[in-house]
Amino acid sequence: MSNLDAEALCATLVELIRPHVTPATTLVGIHTGGVWLAERLHTALGITQPLGAIDVSYYRDDFGSKGLHAQTRRTDIPFRVEGADVIIVDDVLYTGRTTRAAVNELFDFGRPARVDLAVLIDRGGRELPVYARYCAHTLPVSLPPTQNLELMCSESGQLNLRVIDA
Amino acid sequence: MRNPQLNDNGELQHLLTLDGLPRDILVAILDNAAPFTEVAEREVKKLPLLRGKSIFNLFFENSTRTRTTFEIAAKRLSADVVNLNVSTSSTAKGESLLDTVDNLCAMQADMFVVRHAASGAPFLIAQHLHQQGRDDIHVINAGDGRHAHPTQGLLDMYTIRHYKRDFTGLTVAIVGDVLHSRVARSQICALRTLGVPDIRVIAPKTLLPTDIEKLGVRVFYDMHEGLRDVDVVMMLRLQNERMNGALLPTPQEFYKVWGLTAEKLARARPDAIVMHPGPMNRGVEIDSSVADGAQAVILPQVTFGIAVRMAVMSMLAV
Repeated sequence: MSNLDAEALCATLVELIRPHVTPATTLVGIHTGGVWLAERLHTALGITQPLGAIDVSYYRDDFGSKGLHAQTRRTDIPFRVEGADVIIVDDVLYTGRTTRAAVNELFDFGRPARVDLAVLIDRGGRELPVYARYCAHTLPVSLPPTQNLELMCSESGQLNLRVIDA
Repeated sequence: MRNPQLNDNGELQHLLTLDGLPRDILVAILDNAAPFTEVAEREVKKLPLLRGKSIFNLFFENSTRTRTTFEIAAKRLSADVVNLNVSTSSTAKGESLLDTVDNLCAMQADMFVVRHAASGAPFLIAQHLHQQGRDDIHVINAGDGRHAHPTQGLLDMYTIRHYKRDFTGLTVAIVGDVLHSRVARSQICALRTLGVPDIRVIAPKTLLPTDIEKLGVRVFYDMHEGLRDVDVVMMLRLQNERMNGALLPTPQEFYKVWGLTAEKLARARPDAIVMHPGPMNRGVEIDSSVADGAQAVILPQVTFGIAVRMAVMSMLAV
């Protein structure tokens, strides 16, 4: 998998989004990888609206089987969602369930005018009708469910993608 | 012996008491409560966590605040809440506690929030559910007799952590009617679990249980002495309804010696916080100038209580 240079994909994503940025554009990252990515996009695109972050733990459809174990982070939407133009940012698009949860949570803050999805990489394996308007790379062959694609962030802020066994 | 509060995986099954509750679970409840404090600021003050769950508030003893905060917590988690004021229902007609429980189980209850005048009633229900093979139903103790009030103890710990961050250097004083207080017992257990090095109780001798020192607290009979340099003052309510016999001369006398006034509070550290579980008896255990003063965190306690109860409910209802 030679295309997994996260820094290069990040640069590609910036250029994909740039033509569509307006003063009203807002970004919301999904914890944790999506927040790192959203921070980078926020700076690179010179977004003036404050950056939001979402932890979808409470909105996941598998809460009943997984329970509340891992430490959840605070969802923080520091702008008015009613009528907003929102780009949800995540590192990897897989089943689409995380995106669904994030959209549901976002709507509990108000009714946005428009919601788009930006991801670094689409690994295939969708289980819901979810589409990323901005996607830096789509794997030509879907990654098998036995493997996970994970975004890492080094201390210096360098982004890295790696494949690990699930 | 099997800890009746934990399942075989060591996870929280019921919340009955803070006595013997492992430290990591206690801290996990406080950690999980933090993000819930933000829900109240949303356009839709609800999370879908407990959607489709039925929670029965079983209050065999009157309480408005505790029942209301449990109800709000459950509703903010999207659960369906049924309030049973049992003192005016079947029990008054002679139905036994466990028969009431069996009937509610037949109505597909997922969780019971129980308050009872008898110590151990929530434990009895938990034990009964286990014997019936109903480990899918959870029990939260909302106060039983003089025994325990674990969610109050937890929200008090959340409040202390919010204002003081670290427990390991604190001096905490619990003041007032310790004898009748389930709140005090839960507070002492939690403070010890979290490593508070100096826990004091301040009360007249008649309102202290014998051998209270064995819980790991220092006993003071004098406010001026006991409050010296404390970081946290936890007031207790004078439980008039539980007093029978001449434990105290008059409320006025109590106020004079053990009521928290600005003058007595000046003995504590200048940044000390003042807590009270409510409802307050102004002019008995606490002076209005203190209750409404800058050091009081009594209303934040109520708000934090909702988040803490949301955390407990969502950890139970897996």
